[in-house]
Amino acid sequence: MFRFIVRRLLQMVLAFFGTTLIVYALMFAGQGDPIQALAGERPVTAAQRAYLTEKYHLDATGVGGFFYRYFDYISNLLRGDLGESLTGRSIGDILAAAWPVTIKLALIAIAVAVIFGVTAGVLAGIRRGSIFDNATLLLTLLVLGIPTIVLAPLAQYFLGVKWQVFPPTAGADPGFGALLLPGIVLGSLSLATALRLTRTSVAENLRADYVRTARSKGLPSRRVVSVHVLRNSLIPVITFLGVEVGNLMSGAIITEGVFNIPGVGFNLFRGIRTEDGPLVVGIVSVLVVVYLVANLVVDILYAVLDPRIRYE
Amino acid sequence: MRVRRLAAWTALPLAVTLGLAACGSGGDGGSGESDPNAAVRIEIAEPQHLVPTNTNETSGSQVLAALFSPLVDYDEAHKPYEVAAESITSEDNTTWTIKLKDGYTFHNGEDVTADSYIDAWNYGAYAPNGQNSSYFFEKIAGYDDLQGESPKAETLSGLKKVDDQTFAVTLSQPYSEFKAMLGYTAFYPLPEAAFSAPGELAEGFEQAPIGQGPFKMKGTWQHDAKVEVERYDAFPGERPKVAGVEFRIYQQLTAAYADVLSDNLDVIKTIPTENLSTAETDLGDRFLQSPASSLHFLAFPTFQEEFSNPDVRKAISMAIDRDEITTSIFKDSQQPARSFVSPAVAGYRENTVGAPGEFDPAKAKALYQAAGGPSKITLSYNGDGGHKDWIDATCNQLKANLGVDCVGNAEPKFADLLTKVKAKQPVGLFRMGWIMDYPSMENYLGPLYSTNGSSNYYGYSNPDFDRLLAEGASAPSEEEAIKKYQEAEDLLAEDLPVVPLRFGQNNFGHSTKVQNVEMDLFDRIDLIKIEAVK
Repeated sequence: MFRFIVRRLLQMVLAFFGTTLIVYALMFAGQGDPIQALAGERPVTAAQRAYLTEKYHLDATGVGGFFYRYFDYISNLLRGDLGESLTGRSIGDILAAAWPVTIKLALIAIAVAVIFGVTAGVLAGIRRGSIFDNATLLLTLLVLGIPTIVLAPLAQYFLGVKWQVFPPTAGADPGFGALLLPGIVLGSLSLATALRLTRTSVAENLRADYVRTARSKGLPSRRVVSVHVLRNSLIPVITFLGVEVGNLMSGAIITEGVFNIPGVGFNLFRGIRTEDGPLVVGIVSVLVVVYLVANLVVDILYAVLDPRIRYE
Repeated sequence: MRVRRLAAWTALPLAVTLGLAACGSGGDGGSGESDPNAAVRIEIAEPQHLVPTNTNETSGSQVLAALFSPLVDYDEAHKPYEVAAESITSEDNTTWTIKLKDGYTFHNGEDVTADSYIDAWNYGAYAPNGQNSSYFFEKIAGYDDLQGESPKAETLSGLKKVDDQTFAVTLSQPYSEFKAMLGYTAFYPLPEAAFSAPGELAEGFEQAPIGQGPFKMKGTWQHDAKVEVERYDAFPGERPKVAGVEFRIYQQLTAAYADVLSDNLDVIKTIPTENLSTAETDLGDRFLQSPASSLHFLAFPTFQEEFSNPDVRKAISMAIDRDEITTSIFKDSQQPARSFVSPAVAGYRENTVGAPGEFDPAKAKALYQAAGGPSKITLSYNGDGGHKDWIDATCNQLKANLGVDCVGNAEPKFADLLTKVKAKQPVGLFRMGWIMDYPSMENYLGPLYSTNGSSNYYGYSNPDFDRLLAEGASAPSEEEAIKKYQEAEDLLAEDLPVVPLRFGQNNFGHSTKVQNVEMDLFDRIDLIKIEAVK
């Protein structure tokens, strides 16, 4: 187990540098005129252009320029300096402000997905073909069919503006209550998927030999379901949720925008829009780490859930 | 995500009438009793900077308008009048003497002196400081010596201190409307505390700027969250009617709109396009509109053979039904334009474009064929600004009315479009927008159409036009200057290097908790007039 973890951590270092190189290259290749992009439609003065060009080495172009800027970036990164965005803010500060709120939001979303998705999935799996099963099927299909870009404003309008159940926006330093609605919206898609996965898995495992054995031993039905069936049914769900952690943190662009939460998704979008290479690479680098760690945790959890799985 | 807006400036007629109607606070029209101890919450986007000479977008200048008091402001006729200045005078339009009012202090207790202005302007003009608004100082003598990588001088030779309350500004050329420029954000003063050494801005000043305006900072700028200001009690000018303002930062206007609907936010400065059709039902008389200074137009590459004939350009203009497009596509959130300058400036006249501005398909087609216009027209635009709809509509009109083939060509971003246009690549007609830097006809005419104009991308050059602009700049009075500018504008109507299409309009709204909400000339909420309802 220990060797497995060390090997994975070493792989992570390689993956990290590989992805930053690729992302940096993509941003570099796609970069048009970041100075004009920052200014929007206003004219840019020669003085301002010269100032920014020098400060961010924007005149280093071509293959040589790329490696010059990339190694410059990496050497700063290794010293813990993520650089500055084109508006002069430290990217480290931007990320430090953005991550806590995004993590809170993602945790709520995951909690929603686990609590409601897995519970309803187990119930639907046990009572296969019942009204509950069919109702959840319909509901999840509906949720899966509605993109967040529609769901989020709708939820905001009805629950926030019209009936005033939740505050319509969360803001920069939101409490739990303010994050609940965006968390539910963000988690609804994962909830639906988690529910379908759990249901299928539970329904399948209920017919397994070991369940029949457990039943014939006279174990109470609750114990059979919660210990024998659930534990074995969770492997696909855990895989899904592990990947979903990364998705929820990076993919909350729409939800964060609609509910005015200045998190990672928003900053990523801003960076892309203003062609702010350092900001995008900085955020993506951290996201890569999140994905890698989440995958590692998932792999370890496999071993916990299924004793047959061993890592050497 | 909010699309970066043009910094739209507004004209006041509507806002002024509203303001007058609500003057005796607590009067009629649903206005409640004003609560001087309450704070109001106003929507902005994350400012790029909060240093006066570095701030040229509306969110930053909205915050700075709370923290600073300008030398001049503008009356209903869009003419400047003194605010922080006692007087601004000149004999020859070249040397201007600015005398400051007594009693102004910075929020840290420092007195405002002539040096506060001179130091701030020198800092702004010095090229290595990379200030966004440095070009505002280019009319001042010695500006050129401050440019380049290692400038010859560090201070503008045209700025001279006379005494503590007076300084003289010498321009490199006479300019009759210099006073009108001084209301812009770039011309605010800075306290000594802003500088760590002469000409060097103290680190972190931007996080909590110190001004001499009606409000002072409460805490620091909380990036992506909010900027809070509170009333500054030692302010000698007209006092605001609220205890403070929270500028709340939004990434999406739709989020701000939802907050206004549920009274979680007091003022939204731009109603998002998708909510425009319902805004009137949602907000009732809290949905407000006022003319803005932005002008949207289609420009001709006049250096290209097929567009060099003015008749071709006029025919195309005549074939476009502006009213139809503003109504059906823009839902009247903008106004059709038939002049080259906006109603937001003194000297504006309606319909200066004349006959080519009137929609007349039959005449257009005849003129187009007689002039031998090209059989295929391309309209280029930036794909990220929501322009596709009206470009397509315009294309369809040209197809139907001129019998030509017309395609819209989307460049990913405005920067890409600009790069191609600057390189004189054949992109066909291209869309442009203009917002004034200061309320003057010159600001619409000079940069866009003079031979060396900074934003003249269409290769238009008319010596008579250049001469009239120069004469206007050195005219002895504002009225005479306007006359010259109007003559110049008439020349544009003859040559028609661009097709004016639409004037911008501010569409804003507020919650039930505030009243007297007005937009000023700079797309900023008037923070002196706004009141909280008890």
